[in-house]
Amino acid sequence: MTHCNDCLISVRDLTKKFGDFTAVDHISFDVGPGEIFGFLGANGAGKTTAMRMLCGLSYPTSGTGQVAGYDINRQGERIKAHIGYMSQKFSLYEDLTVFENMRLYGGIYGLRRKEVEERADAILRRLDFLEERNTLVGSLPLGWKQKLAFSVATLHRPKIIFLDEPTGGVDPITRRQFWEMIGGAAAGGTTLFVTTHYMDEAEYCGRVSVMVDGRIMALDSPARLKKMYGAASMDEVFRLLARGAERGG
Amino acid sequence: MSTTDRAIVVRGLTKRYGKQLAVDHLSFEVEHGEIFGLIGPDGAGKTTLFHMLTTLTTPDEGTASILGKDILKDIRAIRSSVGYMPGRFSLYQDLSARENLQFFAALFRTTVEENYDLVAPIYSQIEKFQDRKAGHLSGGMKQKLALSCALIHRPSMLFLDEPTTGVDAVSRGEFWEMLQRLKEQGITILVSTPYMDEASLCDRIALYNKGRILGIDTPEGFRRGYDAPLYAVSAERMYELLNVTRGMPGVRECYTAGSVHHLVGTADFRPEEYSEALAARGFSDLVIRPIEADVEDVFIKLMHNDPLQ
Repeated sequence: MTHCNDCLISVRDLTKKFGDFTAVDHISFDVGPGEIFGFLGANGAGKTTAMRMLCGLSYPTSGTGQVAGYDINRQGERIKAHIGYMSQKFSLYEDLTVFENMRLYGGIYGLRRKEVEERADAILRRLDFLEERNTLVGSLPLGWKQKLAFSVATLHRPKIIFLDEPTGGVDPITRRQFWEMIGGAAAGGTTLFVTTHYMDEAEYCGRVSVMVDGRIMALDSPARLKKMYGAASMDEVFRLLARGAERGG
Repeated sequence: MSTTDRAIVVRGLTKRYGKQLAVDHLSFEVEHGEIFGLIGPDGAGKTTLFHMLTTLTTPDEGTASILGKDILKDIRAIRSSVGYMPGRFSLYQDLSARENLQFFAALFRTTVEENYDLVAPIYSQIEKFQDRKAGHLSGGMKQKLALSCALIHRPSMLFLDEPTTGVDAVSRGEFWEMLQRLKEQGITILVSTPYMDEASLCDRIALYNKGRILGIDTPEGFRRGYDAPLYAVSAERMYELLNVTRGMPGVRECYTAGSVHHLVGTADFRPEEYSEALAARGFSDLVIRPIEADVEDVFIKLMHNDPLQ
């Protein structure tokens, strides 16, 4: 069933129906190692439903594929254990300290206590956060929380990390530092799967797909999409594609 | 008094929460009929500023007037002449869209019929869902309903706190088109956003961070005023390029900017020498071209210039 040997995501005709409503309608794509892949779509296009299937949180109605080497139809639990996930909406527990959050997530992913200690130390050193080890997460600035949340998502060393609208609302310097971290992870071979409403973030991606009404309407590098649609920016590309959408709004 | 010539006059406005200065001795003015953008990240103090200007909280220091009325003395007059759309969706979720609109009209002692012409271009887009509970509307529809409710008493001025956060690019575009139409009807708009790409849609913008204004200008004025050599650089190995570039002579800073990195040079930066040095380091595919600054470049530069950032 493998469509692409070293791909972290490889899906064919992935479909999800709720009653007679087809939320995700026969989507197919591959994402390779070290890629930053942007998953775009208007509100209501079916992004969240697709993401849930890719993350092992729900099974498709039909279609086949693998994520992180596991079968998307049968091995949801294995998929969950082998991917990283970070979202702006929910990331870390605000009333736990930096290290307590790491210990909690390390434990959930089955790391031994010593492993958690070692990896937490390495991460905090790299982020220059060692002094904040015992600080409550709630008292950290938003930009720090985001960097920390991303690092916690890497604690169990997943080969692919899902970033669900990762960087809303931070200042431009902090946002660039965040994307630099993402770039570093990709350069090190980690695959990043990113959803965002902000088209300037799409420009950071090697390839992007645009979902409209449950289907993938375009999939290519931002440069080629802009050329193909005669657009100056990804924002323009997105609007051209999504304007015809019947759902959402 | 000259203050009545301006829609908003803010002088030394300050608000503290404990030791934290949420708004730090802020002064600025907004002209009648302009779209004035307050551009800054979460936690910059945008909402606190909106609360003071709409008389929902009082400043610790400083003064402000809205349409010539004092925010401490003329609370009723201000409340009846401004419309406010809070950042968090704050309509009644278990009332229908239509009931929410009727409720807000009643609060201001008017009726939906009386002012329907003003909200029609916006409300008509959600009218077929008007019997649906507000809590069950999509993000884009909630946003349109909230704007309709803020407008139903025909205010002269609108305060919009992050109206486009979490909304997709198509709905955001439509929203800005609606603001443009309201401006054409003479309504002054103060709008905040964390998204720098929306800055170009405002007449003037204030770049705002940590309770302080870093600069006020037109989007074009900010771009023209950027005085450092600025280049876009790219190569196959982007992440390495970032780190190598930072160690090169004449480079003030280099940061990510989508598919390229932006390189800010000092006065003695020489692109040819830089290209040669990079080629010697194995970046034979380097592309470098001079570019105009965008609002984020300006924001970054101003953050570096402000000692309190």
